[in-house]
Amino acid sequence: MIIARIVGTVVASQKDPRLEGKKLLIVRPVNLDGSDTSGYVVAVDTVGAGFHERVLVVAGSSARLAQNMKDTPVDAAIVGVIDTVDIMSPESGV
Amino acid sequence: MQLARVIGTVVATVKNDSLKSRKLLIVQSLNKDLAPQGKPLVAIDAAGAGVGELVFWCRGKEASFPFKREDTPTDWTIVGIIDSDKHVCCE
Repeated sequence: MIIARIVGTVVASQKDPRLEGKKLLIVRPVNLDGSDTSGYVVAVDTVGAGFHERVLVVAGSSARLAQNMKDTPVDAAIVGVIDTVDIMSPESGV
Repeated sequence: MQLARVIGTVVATVKNDSLKSRKLLIVQSLNKDLAPQGKPLVAIDAAGAGVGELVFWCRGKEASFPFKREDTPTDWTIVGIIDSDKHVCCE
């Protein structure tokens, strides 16, 4: 899973019927220090995430395994809203 | 599967129900010399690993196999803890 920030929304009236009722958001992957990386991903929201929140995005075929996502044509899904991220300090061994 | 080091933890209260009670860890991939390689990612723990430990992890659909395989949305899972840095031998 990657950590990403929600930066926008997508509206698509014409879409696969299995995507109906699903919220589509544009997310930007971020580094551990919170800085943006390059690139954007359109992901389906499964948790009710909001603008600017840091979220967990699962990619690939595993995105379909989230609850309520069975058999949907999706390769990126938002599966969690991040409260905190704790990183071990470099001096302690990494 | 790849070698990696657990370097941190993630807390997410609001999450997909299928991830309930799963431990989320930040993991840095390593090369054979145990030097960092690529960017750190978030993984689910299937082995009981802790911060600082050397582990191996698997990616892709197989990452969900340690759990309910049709219900766990994960693309990276820690599947084993390596006994120590000295237990990695590579020519």
